[in-house]
Amino acid sequence: MHALLIILIAQIAGEFVARAAGLPLPGPVLGMIFVLGLLIAVPHLREMIRAVAQTLLSHLSLLFVPAGAGVVGHLATLGDRTGVILLTIVVSAVLAIGAGALTFAAVARLTGSTDD
Amino acid sequence: MTDFADIWSYLSRGPLLWLTATLAAYAAGDLLFRASGRNPMVNPVLIAVCILAVVLKLTGTSYATYFEGAQFVHFLLGPATVALALPLFDNLHHLKRTVLPVFAALVVGSVVATGSALLIASWMGVDQMLLASLAPKSATAPVAIGISQELGGSPTLTAVLVILTGITGAVVATPLLNLLRVKDWRARGFAVGVVSHGIGTARALQVHPTAGAFAGLGMAINAVATAILAPLLLGLFLS
Repeated sequence: MHALLIILIAQIAGEFVARAAGLPLPGPVLGMIFVLGLLIAVPHLREMIRAVAQTLLSHLSLLFVPAGAGVVGHLATLGDRTGVILLTIVVSAVLAIGAGALTFAAVARLTGSTDD
Repeated sequence: MTDFADIWSYLSRGPLLWLTATLAAYAAGDLLFRASGRNPMVNPVLIAVCILAVVLKLTGTSYATYFEGAQFVHFLLGPATVALALPLFDNLHHLKRTVLPVFAALVVGSVVATGSALLIASWMGVDQMLLASLAPKSATAPVAIGISQELGGSPTLTAVLVILTGITGAVVATPLLNLLRVKDWRARGFAVGVVSHGIGTARALQVHPTAGAFAGLGMAINAVATAILAPLLLGLFLS
């Protein structure tokens, strides 16, 4: 229960700071940064939040289903541009994931940072 | 005895039925994903969304009615995003040694994600409103919608494009990165998080904990990078 309380308070704090400071970050992402800072400051809290955090994350894909179902209803708004848009989305995702991963791996190799 | 139609009309108006339908559709998607030998092309989110779309259409249920039930699942997205702090903390020893690769991959990934989409779309003669809606598509949904509004795009359209980008990344990442022979889990996860935000992160978490942690990091910092880069890149394409 305390774990969920910490997570929800961090989310509220994130929402509050994001709005108060006009940051281009959603509240939950800022909340994630707050919890990360908290864990660095007080490492033994890790055991306390682990079970709840893992439960939430093990079903992360499920949580996108309601938003995804909303998309289907709006696909019609793309109209005759549907094909062009789908092509753009797929090609740009492929290019960006490939370019991003290759860049990361190349710079990691150059700076001697290995994956272990 | 109450007639089936009466019971249906009672249930279909309340949240219970659509909450259950959301979980059932996802359970079916997950079952197919496992039955396929965890093939990334058989994406459980995509399957669940297709099943629900058909069910909503056949039963004549509006999205607003559906969302009354589904909102309980949707709400958990916020706390789950906060919970990504745990894998990040567990991979802190990796993060400390990857400042340069993270920064380089963020700039390249974010510029290519936005730039290539604008380039292809404007080449195909897409109008300016659509370009503005397309520019922030790799950022996590609430940020992308905010950026789109500022740029003169359509928030609804951006929400659609963000979800499509997320599902695309989750489906293509594994085969693409195997083809490119990228074996570093940090690189694989980070690129997917930058380009395909939360949906990509959910996929990365299924594959490897380090990839999941770096995907969460990629999603978080690309929210900021997109807020800065999307207006600049869009400026190059508007006349």
